[in-house]
Amino acid sequence: MTTISNETIVSDSVEALDAHPTPGLPVTATIPKAKGKNRAGRWVPPVLVFLAIVGVWYLISLFVLDPHLRFLLPLPQDILIKGLIDPLSFNALIVALYQTVIVSMLGLAIAIVIGIVWAVAMSQAKWIERSLFPYAVILQCIPILALVPLIGFWFGYEFQSRVLVCVMIALFPMVNNTLFGLQSVDKGHRELFKLQGAGRLTTLVKLSFPAALPAIFAGMRISAGLAVVGAIVGDQFFRRGTPGLGILISNYSSRLQGEQLFATIITAALFGVLIFWLFGLIGRRAVGKWYDFN
Amino acid sequence: MTVTAPAPSATTAARTDTLLDFSNVEMTFPDGTIALQGVDLVVRRGEFVTVVGPSGCGKSTLLRIASGLETASDGTATLGTDRIGYVFQDATLLPWRNVTANVELLAELHGESKKERAAKALEAIDMVGLKGFEKHLPKALSGGMKMRASLARSLTLDPELFLFDEPFGALDEITRERLNDELIRLFNAKNFAGLFITHSVSEAVYMSTKVVVMSGRPGTIVETFDVPFAQPRDPEIRFTPEYAALVGEVAHALRKGHGHS
Repeated sequence: MTTISNETIVSDSVEALDAHPTPGLPVTATIPKAKGKNRAGRWVPPVLVFLAIVGVWYLISLFVLDPHLRFLLPLPQDILIKGLIDPLSFNALIVALYQTVIVSMLGLAIAIVIGIVWAVAMSQAKWIERSLFPYAVILQCIPILALVPLIGFWFGYEFQSRVLVCVMIALFPMVNNTLFGLQSVDKGHRELFKLQGAGRLTTLVKLSFPAALPAIFAGMRISAGLAVVGAIVGDQFFRRGTPGLGILISNYSSRLQGEQLFATIITAALFGVLIFWLFGLIGRRAVGKWYDFN
Repeated sequence: MTVTAPAPSATTAARTDTLLDFSNVEMTFPDGTIALQGVDLVVRRGEFVTVVGPSGCGKSTLLRIASGLETASDGTATLGTDRIGYVFQDATLLPWRNVTANVELLAELHGESKKERAAKALEAIDMVGLKGFEKHLPKALSGGMKMRASLARSLTLDPELFLFDEPFGALDEITRERLNDELIRLFNAKNFAGLFITHSVSEAVYMSTKVVVMSGRPGTIVETFDVPFAQPRDPEIRFTPEYAALVGEVAHALRKGHGHS
């Protein structure tokens, strides 16, 4: 490129830009944030709803249920003391939670890798998509219960099979979202790359994949939640080896240990919420600068 | 239909003055729509040719054929250079890249070294007046600034032939006029040939050395006007009777071509 001095143009333009910003369009990105006085307004209603739920809980537990049926809905403090703080319950809970975390996160990781590779392959040619997409749908539609005996035969009734259930449940959103993201690349952007004679791999790496990231992270968040569900469901079918939260839940329920049962269910739910929130955070961190990821 | 690309030596050895030559170009889409018919158009070095026409007359198709994005059904389109810049209707900036990274993109796609493309980007950003905004993401820029970044991106190719597909159509009047002036300045400074598509008659007359009026579908060239005003253009010519008269003539030809005479 030839060097041409354009000092006057430059200074004129920048001043002009500063002096007359285009109406309605911000010169710099300023995202308004709710602060201070709004904080109370944001937190009071959810807290009130939570207190109301606990109130109803106490009412039912104390005044509706007979004391000998109280295991159906134990008092919150009993759940806390007997189900959580009690060393025996606590140890069992931590061991099971650890197992569930391992199973679900391993399943999720495998689902993410397979899902992205699968979708990238399908995005390369219509015939590949036509040949491979039906299996993603089948995988999504087939009841896991129907495959339980087969998975058991092939992979045993322990860890491996639980991970497999996680993968099967978490895979579809990854495949579907990644494919959607890769196929939604702006036509102008595609033509921009085409005009420069960019190859398939370059276009994938520099355009399609980055453009698909918001969809991929949205899929990841859904899959993460499903992986936790998968780990608990997998526990119910494949009960050998170290118990996860699912096995603990089923044990406590058969022994009518209401307090421990509730503590475990709440732990499982909180873990699911935590994972969903965590992957939302990862998504926001990754693409939030240029995409409104919520 | 053939698109004849120049021999590799063409740009260095025999520098041809004709950078784009359309001869009897016709475009029929698969659904049977005839977009262009019998289009003859030449763009030479030092010319800034603007094509005006009603919506859907095939103006953009003309540009897409010139760039190689589409292949004409009949006729020949001959290019006199392989250094072609293309500015789209939208700025088409990659939202995850900041201004510098966006401007560097084309050089990056051509495998140029980091140092080389950084230098080119710096110069181009400077040239379009975006200095100080290098680290901004596209969403933090106004429509006009996005277009400047898009222009800078194409400038890094140092094009001999610059194709513009209604680049300022979505901008407000003030921004548009300012960018018209900047583009004229770039045209005079960089000495590229321009083929500019617009539906604004005043923009066409103000910027170009030649205005080509197209009819409604199927798009044919109705009339060609040479613009006599000196380059670089003085913004004040917009208020002269000669300018107004020419705008009137072009507008009249446009209406005639559209069947509203």
